[in-house]
Amino acid sequence: MSDEASLNLFQQQEANRRRTVLLVVGFVAFFAWLGFGGDYIYYLFTRDAPRYAYHHTVPWFGIGLSLVAAAIAWYAYRTGPQKVLWSTGAREIVEPRTDQERQLVNVVEEMAIAAGVPRPRIWIVDDPDPNAFATGTDPLHSHIAVTQGVLDLCTRDELQGVAAHELGHVKNLDVRLMTMLAALVGAVALMHDGTSRVLRPGGGSSEERKPSPLVLILLVVWIVSWILAPIIAQLLALGVSRKREYLADAMSAQFTRNPLALASALQKIEGAEAPTTHIKRGAAHLCIADPLGRRLTSHEGLFADALATHPPMVKRIAILRGMGYAQLKQQGR
Amino acid sequence: MGPLALLIVLVVVGAWLIVAYNGLIALKNQTLNAFKQIDVQLKRRHDLIPNLVNAVRGAMDFEKSTLEAVIQARNQAVKVNATGPEGIKQISRAENTLSSALQRLMVVVEQYPQLRATGNIGQLQEELTSTENKVAFARQLYNDTATLYNTKQQQFPTSLVAGLAKAQPADLWEIEDQGEKAVPQVDLSLKPKT
Repeated sequence: MSDEASLNLFQQQEANRRRTVLLVVGFVAFFAWLGFGGDYIYYLFTRDAPRYAYHHTVPWFGIGLSLVAAAIAWYAYRTGPQKVLWSTGAREIVEPRTDQERQLVNVVEEMAIAAGVPRPRIWIVDDPDPNAFATGTDPLHSHIAVTQGVLDLCTRDELQGVAAHELGHVKNLDVRLMTMLAALVGAVALMHDGTSRVLRPGGGSSEERKPSPLVLILLVVWIVSWILAPIIAQLLALGVSRKREYLADAMSAQFTRNPLALASALQKIEGAEAPTTHIKRGAAHLCIADPLGRRLTSHEGLFADALATHPPMVKRIAILRGMGYAQLKQQGR
Repeated sequence: MGPLALLIVLVVVGAWLIVAYNGLIALKNQTLNAFKQIDVQLKRRHDLIPNLVNAVRGAMDFEKSTLEAVIQARNQAVKVNATGPEGIKQISRAENTLSSALQRLMVVVEQYPQLRATGNIGQLQEELTSTENKVAFARQLYNDTATLYNTKQQQFPTSLVAGLAKAQPADLWEIEDQGEKAVPQVDLSLKPKT
């Protein structure tokens, strides 16, 4: 670890803390916009109403929605890791029973020592496709999950590379931001599904009053932003995870001093075509490789940049190989 | 404007002093902590070895010398370890001897199929691999942290506060020399009857 690397780690942790705060603020602000926007529209609707009718003067929607959003964010921070693990159906290894499980526990313990962080809790996802992810809020409360496929396909050294990659995410606090994002994306998607069912038949009964164009425009913007909410959340998730994978790969190489093992593990993960069915869209950006098996990640470009959660596997493997050969050359082998 | 400028300079220098000092202290403690981690892993290894020796003893009566070497190296390492961080050079030498003795033992164990057939040895082998790795990675973390600490306290602006923070260059954990790193010699004449 050079001086520069440790500085980068510190900056990375700071950036992740800052981005998590930004994410939460943005989340609450978005709900505030939905709430207060709705209030304003309702206010404009009822402004010209007769004296005896209801006048919407206190922004109850805005206050309510902002409070709800803050509560959701708090809840997401508290239970995000559990929710992510639950959604993948992972089971925790408390006491290793088989040789495979014992090896996994040992490997994760070794890498935790190399990374200088406490040992995270270890989970297995019963899925034959090789993949892995980490979640948690900080190194003291972190979880690493690997699929059965990783255990079946990878050698001990390759498993080490994968575990070190995930511990890299833990150490530089990527897990906090990405778990928060997963939890909030999930919350938005859930609420959107629920409320759009309620909103759709929404009959505007006050046709005879002829709202002004301003009100109509506001209404359209408001509805559009409500419809776009899950898409925006999804795009956020995409943008956040791509660069991080390169960094976690580099940290894995730093912990194991064996970049070639991770390269061959990534090749095996890439080689297994099948999507990881247990890992749903909401947690895709947490994984070491895109669990949806989208071919977008096979090349880099404008299209892939905009839509893929993960950088091209070929490029990641090439970078790791480069590190590995440089290392061998240095040792004069 | 004069006094104000002076005040600003003083504040900036003071702030830098605090940051540099605290940075060095943090690194110092990290280095000490990393050393403790090696210690924890070494203790684990020392506790594991008697089990390993007992498990293989019955089946390899005629490999006494290899086993003896392991036991002796282990006892020596336990003794040296009690000296604490000051004896880091001695400790690392004793541990390196133990590592190479263990490596020789594992190579010998590989040659006894009936030993490997019992699940016990498979597990012990995994435990031993893991323990060796844990020691190696703890050492790696210590060396990385200590190097960072040493570099920081010797580099120019920070070196000014090194005395104030009572910073001393930390000894690195020595990597064993090439002779020990080489593949262990196996005497083929002692090949077991299968």
